[in-house]
Formats: sequence, C-alpha cells, structure tokens
Amino acid sequence: MKLYFNGHAYDVKAENTILQAAAEVEVKIPTLCYSPHLSISGACRLCLVEDETTGKLLAACSTPISPGMRLQTESQRVVAARREILDLLLSDHPLDCLTCEANGDCQLQDLAYQYDITESSFGNKKERRFELSDENPFIQFDPDKCIICGKCIRADQEVQSSAAIDFVERGFQIRVGTPFEQGLGSDLSSCVFCGLCVEYCPSGALIYKPALGKGRSYQFTRVQTTCPYCGVGCQLELQVKDNQVIQVGSVFQPGSPNPRGETCVKGRFAYDYINHPDRLTTPLIKKGGEFIAADWEEALNLVANRLLEIKNRDGSTAIAGLSSAKCTNEENYLMQKFIRAVIGNNNIDHCARLCHASTVAGLARAFGSGAMTNSIAEVEQSDVILIIGSNPTENHPVIASKIKRAVKKGTKLIVADPRRIELAQMADLKIQQRPGTDVALINGMIHLIIKEGLYDQEFISERTENFAAVQAMVNDYSPETAAKITGVPAERIRAAARLYAKAQRGAIYFAMGITQHHTGTDNVLSLANLAMLTGNIGREGTGVNPLRGQNNVQGACDMGALPNVYPGYQPVDRDENRQKFAQAWNTSLSTEVGLTVVEMFNAVDQQIKAMYIMGENPMLSDPDQHHISTALQKLDFLVVQDIFLTATAQFADVVFPAVSFAEKNGSFTNTERRIQLVNQAIQPPGQARADWEIIAALARKMGYPMYYTSPAEIMNEIASLTPIYGGIQFERLLGAGIQWPCRDKNCTGTKYLHQGRFTRGRGKFHPVTYLPPAEEADQEYPFIMMTGRMLYHFHTGTMTRRSRVIDHYEAQAYVEINKKDARKLGIDHQDRVRVISRRGEVETYARVGERVKTGQLFMPFHYAESPANRLTNSVLDPVAKIPELKVTAVKIERIC
Amino acid sequence: MGNFSGLDRIIEKYSDQPGKLIPVLHEVQEEIGYLSLAVQQYLAERLKLPLSKIYGVVSFYSFFNTEPRGQHIIGVCMGTACYVKGAGKILEKLKSELAIEMGQTSADQRFTLTITRCLGTCSMAPVLMIDDQLYGTVRTTEVAGILNRY
Repeated sequence: MKLYFNGHAYDVKAENTILQAAAEVEVKIPTLCYSPHLSISGACRLCLVEDETTGKLLAACSTPISPGMRLQTESQRVVAARREILDLLLSDHPLDCLTCEANGDCQLQDLAYQYDITESSFGNKKERRFELSDENPFIQFDPDKCIICGKCIRADQEVQSSAAIDFVERGFQIRVGTPFEQGLGSDLSSCVFCGLCVEYCPSGALIYKPALGKGRSYQFTRVQTTCPYCGVGCQLELQVKDNQVIQVGSVFQPGSPNPRGETCVKGRFAYDYINHPDRLTTPLIKKGGEFIAADWEEALNLVANRLLEIKNRDGSTAIAGLSSAKCTNEENYLMQKFIRAVIGNNNIDHCARLCHASTVAGLARAFGSGAMTNSIAEVEQSDVILIIGSNPTENHPVIASKIKRAVKKGTKLIVADPRRIELAQMADLKIQQRPGTDVALINGMIHLIIKEGLYDQEFISERTENFAAVQAMVNDYSPETAAKITGVPAERIRAAARLYAKAQRGAIYFAMGITQHHTGTDNVLSLANLAMLTGNIGREGTGVNPLRGQNNVQGACDMGALPNVYPGYQPVDRDENRQKFAQAWNTSLSTEVGLTVVEMFNAVDQQIKAMYIMGENPMLSDPDQHHISTALQKLDFLVVQDIFLTATAQFADVVFPAVSFAEKNGSFTNTERRIQLVNQAIQPPGQARADWEIIAALARKMGYPMYYTSPAEIMNEIASLTPIYGGIQFERLLGAGIQWPCRDKNCTGTKYLHQGRFTRGRGKFHPVTYLPPAEEADQEYPFIMMTGRMLYHFHTGTMTRRSRVIDHYEAQAYVEINKKDARKLGIDHQDRVRVISRRGEVETYARVGERVKTGQLFMPFHYAESPANRLTNSVLDPVAKIPELKVTAVKIERIC
Repeated sequence: MGNFSGLDRIIEKYSDQPGKLIPVLHEVQEEIGYLSLAVQQYLAERLKLPLSKIYGVVSFYSFFNTEPRGQHIIGVCMGTACYVKGAGKILEKLKSELAIEMGQTSADQRFTLTITRCLGTCSMAPVLMIDDQLYGTVRTTEVAGILNRY
C-alpha cells in the first residue's frame, strides 16, 4: 500500500497500523505505552501523528493505515501535542534523574531530552504521593515514578499470564497495584517474580532490587547467553560491571524459546552464585583428610598418574565418568571422548539417567528418536493439551506461561497429576491419578478411544505397525478397571479420552511424573501409543513432548554422554560406528556397553575403583543417599570437577575448579532440540578453568593428544561425526540457534520430528500392561512420597541456594502433606517433622494444604540439610535403568 | 475462604453476558452489603477472572465497599463553600468522636464516615448528611449532639 510520511512516498504492507508501517520504513515515532509484544492500549498519546488531509491528530499505534494517507510525524502541531503530554507527565514525576536507577535507560528521560523539556510548566512534583512498594526482595515499585502506561500490567497478563497486578483506584489515586494492597509475594499474590514487568517499564518505576546502587545502564557491558537452569533455554542478557553480573535483562528475539523476553525467577535473579565467595579458585588435593590448595600442574599430574595406575592395575573398565547436563555440548563431547578414547571403555553417563532415560528409551523404540517431537512455540497451536506427570509452572515456567496463553485463547487443557498442580486450576479436565498408575490411566483412555471408534485408522495403517497387539491388550482396561487402579472416576477417564481423541492438534507434555518409575519406559511407550492411535504426531501443535529439566540435558545425551551410544545416538556396539569413531579419534574403542549411573555406584565394590565426576552432585540427586556415600568412600580414587565444593566433592581426592556458564563459551541444546550459544560475560575467579580445557589438559597428561583452541573448533569435530548435528557451526548459531536434526550446512533445522515418516520408518505400538510401583504403602510406611522441584530452587541447590535473594525468599526445606492427614497426626503448618523410609530419615518442615491427596506426600530434593534422596528407592526400570524416585513408602511424624 | 454458594444464583444469572463483572458486583454487594476479600476471591474463582482484575474494578468505583458499612452513613460535604466554611474541622471532629478515619466504620457498627461532593445547599455551609437527613451550618460543638440522635 502506498502512503506518505513527511512528504515522502513509501510502499508498505497493507493491514498495518500507522506505527507498524512507520517501523517498516524506519520512520521514527516515539511511544511510551506501546510494545509489539503486547495488546494495543493507546493510552499515552505520544505516538500522535498529523493527518495532512483531515488535519486530525491520530494515535499511530491504534490507527490502521489507508491508501494514500499523508502523515506528518514531526509537524509543529505534533511536536506541540507531544510536548504538552510530556509536560503533564513530568508534572507528576519526580525530577530525580541524578539518583534514579533508570537514568540512562528511561524512555521518559529520552523524550524529555528529545523535546527539550527541563521541567514541567505545571510545577514539579516535590512531595511523594504514594508509598514505595518494597516488601519483597526482588522488585521495587515506586508509584510516584509510574506514568500509568500499563505495559507492566499487560506483560504480566498477556505474556507471563500471572495477572498479579492491575490498575487500582482512579483519578490522581490511580496506580498499579495488587489485590487489597498486599504486595507482590503475599499469600494473595499470583506474582512469581519473573521480572518481566521491570523489563517492560519505560521509566524508573519498576527496578530490580538486588541491583540497587550497583550501576547505571550505560555502565554495563551486555552479553546475550543461554540460561543455565531448566531445559527451556531462555535467552538472557547478562548486564555486567567490574566483572560482576549486576542484573539479568530480557532478550527480545524472534525464534527464541522466549521471544517476548520471558524468563522465570531463577533466570532473572539466581545469579549471585557466579560471584560467590564459595567458588573454587584453585585445584584442591586431599592430604591427610584435608583439602590443600594445589597448582594445576601438580593436580593434573596426580590425577593422570593415578588414573593410569588404576587402569594398568585393574583394567580400563575400573574407571567410570559422570558427565554433566549443566556443561556445554563441547564439554560433554570431550568428556565422553576422554572416557572412550583415553580411558578406553564406555562407562560414561550423566544425570539424564535419573530424569529422562526412560523417555529416550521409550520414544526411541516407538518412534526412533528420543527427543521432544515438537517445538515450544507450537504450544499455542494445539487445540488440546494433555499434561501428565509434569508441573510446568514450577519446572518450566516459561512453557507454563505459553500454555496459559493458549488456554486463554481457547485451547482445551487436561492435567493429569497426583498433585493438584497450579495449571490444574485452569484445566478443563483435572485428573489426580494415584502415583505410579499412569499405564492404567492411559490404557483406559486407549480402550475407550478404540471402543468408540475415535482413532485415526488411516494414520495407523499408513504410518505405524503392531497396532493389533495394543488393541488386544487394552481389552483388559475398561475405564472402570482403570478407575479402580488409578482412583480416577471412570467418567473422567472417558471424558479425557474423548477430548484428546477429538482434537485436531492434540499435544502431550510430560516430565518426571512419567519417567521416574520402575515402569518409566512403559509409561512413555503408553503415551506414544496414545499419540499414534489418534494421529497426533508428525504435525505442528501435536506430538509427544518430554520437557527436559536441565539447561543441557538434551545436549549431554546428544553428545553421547551415555554408556550405549556415541554422539548422535550411534550405538557403540555397532561395528561401523566404532570404526568411524576409532578412526576419527585415532585409537581403539571398546565394543562393550558401559555402566549407567546407578550401576556404577552399585559396582564400586567389585569393578569400579575410580570415578571422574564433572559438574554432578549424586550425593543429593541420586536415590538412596546412604548407598551413594558408602560407594564414594570406597572408591580408590575420586576426581570431582565443579564450581563449588559440593556434597559429592567432599569425598574427592582431587577437585578441579571449573567455571560457570557466565565465564565460558560453548553451546547448550534445549528441550526442543535447539542448539544455542553460551557466551562468556566475565573472567573466571582465580585459576578456575573451563571444563573443556581441563579435560583436554588431563588427556594430554595421560598421553592422548587432545588439542583445541576453542569450543567452536570442538563443535566442528562434533558436526563431522554426528549426523544430526552435521550442519552445526558456531557462526550459524548466532541469533536463535538451530534445531536438530540439521544434517548439513544448507539445512535450517527441524521444527518438529516424524513428519510424513517416523525416524524408525513406521511408528511401533507396544502393548504395555500395568505393573504396580515397587513400593506400596503399608501399615508401617503408610504414605507414598513423591519428590520433585519447586519454582525458586534448582536441582541440588548448589546454584540457587547461593543466590542471596532467592534463598532469602525461599530458605526452608519442606514436605507437603494433606490437611486431613496432618490433623490426624497432630501436625500443624510449619511444624518440624521427620520423614522416614526403609532407607533413612530426614527432618524438615511441614506444609499443610491440599496440593497432595491424603496418603501422599511431596518433598523437593534441593536441600542438602533435608535430602529427600536419603529416603528414595534405587529400584530401576529394567530397560532405561532409571530409578523409581516418584514412589517411596514413608511414614511421617511430628518432632516434639 | 468462606462459603458463598448463596451467590451462585447471581453468578449464573449473568453467565452468558459479556462484561458481567460489574453487574455481578452490584448485585452481590446489594445481597451481602460489601465486597470482602473472601467474597472477591470467591467471585474470582467462579467467574474465572484474576483477583487483581476484580480488585481493580472494585477499587475504581467508589460505590463498591470492601468493608462492612455502618447502620448510618455520614456524608460530610467537601464542596468549595463547605470547605471554606470549615467542613475540615467538622470532619476532624467526627473522626475523633467516632475514633475512625475517613471511609471507616465505627467499632459499634453504627456509623460509616464518608465525604460527599457538593449537596447544592451552599447557603447552609458547612453541611453534612446522615442517611437522608441534612444538617446545615453545623458547628463542631454540635457534632456530638447530632450523633446522639442516632
């Protein structure tokens, strides 16, 4: 469409607003209340432009263009109007730029500068009209600096989907407020401290409290990188001054997992650990039971000699390595290469064993690929979403916000979880199955779908095999039978089955609630059956989507930090693979599949004599803590490489100081298979080194030539050996990264898997029968305890618990108990309680409520002082070797 | 949260109506006198609206009350004439007599103290109203006596 700005003709896209058209042709129009990511408010009137034909002043943000429009964007009238608006705004705004945190990063200040306004002609604001709102440790709100643009409210409602704030009162008293003025973070507040409101605020009204007084925007260097917490892989901007991360800003980048600048409280506020005094700064060698600081030469020589000694004495299989889902792809690649090429076995594994091993095993069997089938952005394209055994609000908060957006726009939601998780509040169907009964629930749904003919016959016959076996098997699982096992009313199972089966684009999301069972692989296979039965896979907005819990757990798996596969899931026991890698690495390789995490610790008495643990903390993350500590003690030699002296590192003979994500370059692969760059923002403390440098140095000490100048060079080697990463190069990852499979340099990546054809050819149905959990409640241990995460902390807490504001806000370990059970046992909210299983006991605080049903408990595992995994059972899924962390029989008692 | 299932009738009446929040709030207040936190939480859940939205609307309109109202509503005129004639002092006197702040209700639930806009009887300034009764040229010394009539 043709129109004129300031007398110049432009050709712009039709169906735009004036503001969008101007942006397209780079004509600048100032705004205060506008954001391309939010609905149009039209409140600030700064974007007024003059229509030459009618003489009218139009709000550019909310006026659609029409052909031949003649617009003036800086005419005398326009400028006068804007100055008047600014004059009015400034009359109710303190002119305290000298001390304002936002100085230099304030759109109001910029506009005053642009339109040459030094003070308001209506008089300046001298006295406060409102109180500073400052009751939480994260965000400070000064209503006197607020210009009532409402961007924070719209970001909160439309992007974050929390609806914690809104305008309250009116006239001069209007302000952004919380219900009953109880503040963010009160019991009434739905605020989760994602900080998005601060990012959208155009003035200094909203600021990050931990950054108060630590510097101004223009003093920061800014580095875009990938969040080190969960598997969503949010892009963040580290704002750095004097080698310290001062605050974390949003990155607004199309194609990213968080294109509207979203992040959660951890990504935004849990960064103090980076500059924490507890950081390891030199190698440590244990002498006479004490850690003594050593230099790199001594520590590396010692480790190289001891490992070679043990290898020569006990054989190469006596040594095992744990790689890390927190480390980069390049580091994971080197770690598995080190174990395979330098040590000479396949005893390499990492914590994916404890989270999604069953996903990788199950989905590989059913589809041929173990990864999330679809993309995060597709959440908003599904018309039905089934969330089972996943609590995105706390574990993948940015995905939860997208689910809430989708539901607001009409997507139907089914939530199946033993706990009443937050998303259940908005679910169309809420299901609370008994822990460990997922197979029965899903089989009940499949039974009904087949019985009522709601399945996709065409998809089944063209794309899959072995359907008949499942068809026969589910005969035994009428909704009534399933109801008996799961405790879910049969009618609700029917309703869920119908809702999902009738979806045009039905998507399944799941996590640990499905995988951490001795039937984890079965659970995953059931979900695959359900998706194939209804043809809900291989298209946008559908799929079977495991949500991965660590920043790079997907990448650590992709890189072959697993005992049975080389990078790119190429089995080690296939000759052609072994030859390929042996040739590339210039060594001979073992054909024998190695040990998994739990198997390694079980084998310490016999086979395993030494371990090299990089960035993992099995003392807190693995089941049956007593068993782990006994094993670690028995090892002849233990090397731990970490950024802190973790509970596991305490047992080490040598500790290598590694660097955090902010101090190195590399790449992480997020849950949707997106490979994204990690960029160095600050210098590491003391002598700490990047994990890839340490591994390479150690390999060289042991006589293996491992030379790399940069992670980019390592990635080139990865790409040459890993078909699904074949087209990956660091230069190509700038911006939003690339989703694998990306087989060559021309491929732009893969948004969703199994389009037209499954990776394994035909999708395979697996008949799966229900097996009860390994432990069930009995008279002595009458409760079933589940473990998991909570929003504010992460994994074993080494990072978040050293982040001051986070740990200040959420300091105490706890166990959730139903109020009826609590009443029976005389337990009050916040009482000190003891939880006891067959393997140990833990003291913690009670949280009494209704999130768990009677007979069930929930305990987060982040807390070293109350380690949930002292209680858990290390019984394994026979296929994936994942332990049953979700079902532990316990008793609970009040500590008097 | 209290049991407010008695309000469901009102909620259902407006179930299909877009923009139903304000009429629902109106009727609920009529029914139970004021919109407490517990009532707003109940409505938020039933209407599937954020509590922040409901509180925002309630706080916008002075018609809505979040606290119980007294048996008698005192309105002190703060129009220009009354203001000049010392309505401020009358208000102060009422506050101290009733031991409450503006907008609050006395401990015995008898009076709620509010201010009003001009009542159109400027010749009698300062004026105050209690329920439907107007009192003109009020002096601070008369305040206690007026209250005693109720």
